[in-house]
Amino acid sequence: MTNTTETIHAVAPKVEPEVLSGPTPRQILVTKVLGHKGLMFGAIVLLVIFLMALFAPLLAPYDPYHQDLMHRIVPPVWDAKGSWDNILGTDHLGRDYLSRLLYGARISLAIGAIAALISGIIGTSMGVAAGYFGGRVDSCVTFLINVRLAMPVVLVALAVVALFGGSLEVVITVLGLLLWDRFAVVMRSATLQLRSMEYVTAAKAIGCSTKRILFSEIMPNITNSLIVIVTLEMAHAILLEAALSFLGLGVQPPTPSWGLMVSEGKQMLLFQPWMIAIPGVALFILVLAINLLGDGLRDVSAPENRN
Amino acid sequence: MLVYTLKRLGLALLVTLAVSMLSFALLYLSGDPAAAIAGETANADDIEAVRIYYGFDRPWVVQYGEWMFNAIRGDFGTSYYFKLPVSQLVADRLSVTMLLGLCGISFALLTAVPLGVAAAVRPNSIIDRIALFLSVMGQAMPSFWFGLVLIVLFSIKLRLLPPSGSDNWQNFVMPTIVLGYYAMPAIMRLTRAGMLDVLGADYVRTARAKGAGEFRVMFKHALRNAIIPVVSLAAVQMGFMLGGSIVVESIFALHGAGYLAWESIGRNDLPTVQALILVFSMFYIVFTFLSDLLNAWLDPRMRVG
Repeated sequence: MTNTTETIHAVAPKVEPEVLSGPTPRQILVTKVLGHKGLMFGAIVLLVIFLMALFAPLLAPYDPYHQDLMHRIVPPVWDAKGSWDNILGTDHLGRDYLSRLLYGARISLAIGAIAALISGIIGTSMGVAAGYFGGRVDSCVTFLINVRLAMPVVLVALAVVALFGGSLEVVITVLGLLLWDRFAVVMRSATLQLRSMEYVTAAKAIGCSTKRILFSEIMPNITNSLIVIVTLEMAHAILLEAALSFLGLGVQPPTPSWGLMVSEGKQMLLFQPWMIAIPGVALFILVLAINLLGDGLRDVSAPENRN
Repeated sequence: MLVYTLKRLGLALLVTLAVSMLSFALLYLSGDPAAAIAGETANADDIEAVRIYYGFDRPWVVQYGEWMFNAIRGDFGTSYYFKLPVSQLVADRLSVTMLLGLCGISFALLTAVPLGVAAAVRPNSIIDRIALFLSVMGQAMPSFWFGLVLIVLFSIKLRLLPPSGSDNWQNFVMPTIVLGYYAMPAIMRLTRAGMLDVLGADYVRTARAKGAGEFRVMFKHALRNAIIPVVSLAAVQMGFMLGGSIVVESIFALHGAGYLAWESIGRNDLPTVQALILVFSMFYIVFTFLSDLLNAWLDPRMRVG
């Protein structure tokens, strides 16, 4: 008998007090972000493009505006007639394609970021106001959203750019003033859900001002979806700028915009398809990266995936 | 239902009015139309004469009122470039655009719905991955570039399809693909999400339990319910697509209303541009109105809103 008891004692492990606190929410978030392939891919590619745009003056082998009529339409290095002097070849005016591509990234990123910022400010204030105040304000904003959605974006943007004259500032402003609809729609419904939350009621009960409720209670809770829309609208603005420039009513030559490069390459479509392939692929990769980042952020921040 | 219909109709009319006002103001206030018409070589006197001839010296509210009054009667003025009634010009070109839109949305639905259903039936399968890949590609591909790639591939390399023109059905193949692919991702994702939702519902389990065949469960029970939001999305997308046809038509030189819009903008032909903006917004407004009615008819809960 005694023997058995002793064995049991010997075998029974020492019970350590179990640590109940798991990883912190921040740690969970970091693991999830790092584990999301699309998000990581998008973020890394976007970062690389951003760095390329930022250091374009250092990276570009030539001046993107410098014309060299003796070396026009040199094919890229992988072509039999290409050379390492112009890795991606030269365009119809003999300008180095790689340098133009690098500087073009600046245009696309600047347009995407600033247009998304302008439309974000307009759309978010409208959406939050509609969702929080409801009633007349809501009807008014919903009406404005309907009006905006009914306007054919490409057509209106083209017409305005044609009248004002194409410049980077005009294109950015027009896109910023046109693309706020998704911000308004999403922010409105997000705010509508938050309005009846206990903590908002509590804030009201203790006499917080409307301004304080909007900025300290509502805003922090809609930031997640706001970031997702910012990325998607950035991609949207970049694609639209490219389309406008392609149609000849966006950024004007000789600015190295990717859409404009495709448009200029269109003349050589028959014999030099690489001239549209290179800027087109660049646009595709940039927009893909931004979209994957946005989709990934939505997956990671969605409440149903919190745990 | 009648009250709901009337309410929606009133709203649609108000939106139309607001859009026409905004676009009018935008076009007539953003630049100096007189200077644009007179041309770059004109001096101040010429511009002044053009201004008075076209009536740009009057307050814009008066100009708008006159334009709107005539527009209601179907008179959109005379094109500065063609010297023809705008309504006639637009009507001539509209059929091409409408045909293109119809082909585009059919292409999008015929590819997106089966793919979405297949993806939802077997989540994370190869088909699901292909569908996701296609939709991610579609969202990131600039449509003008996709059009050019198709031209290089099918017109230049394979010599299968004509690169431009609008004379026969072959001219519509590539524009349809480009326009349809633009609308496909959203429809595919919504079909997939809707089917996933519905396949987990009790009535699908009941249908299976009573021994209904898999085919019957999928199409009679599940898809019928999952398709409702898809139909209204398709209507909205159709409106967007017609507005976006300007890019596609200009690549393939398809002589539709979008191409006319692009040409007219380049020529500062304001009455034509103005009429086209209104026509394209009307498309969107009519389609969303119809989809709202369809939704309300299918789902009585919608009628309250």
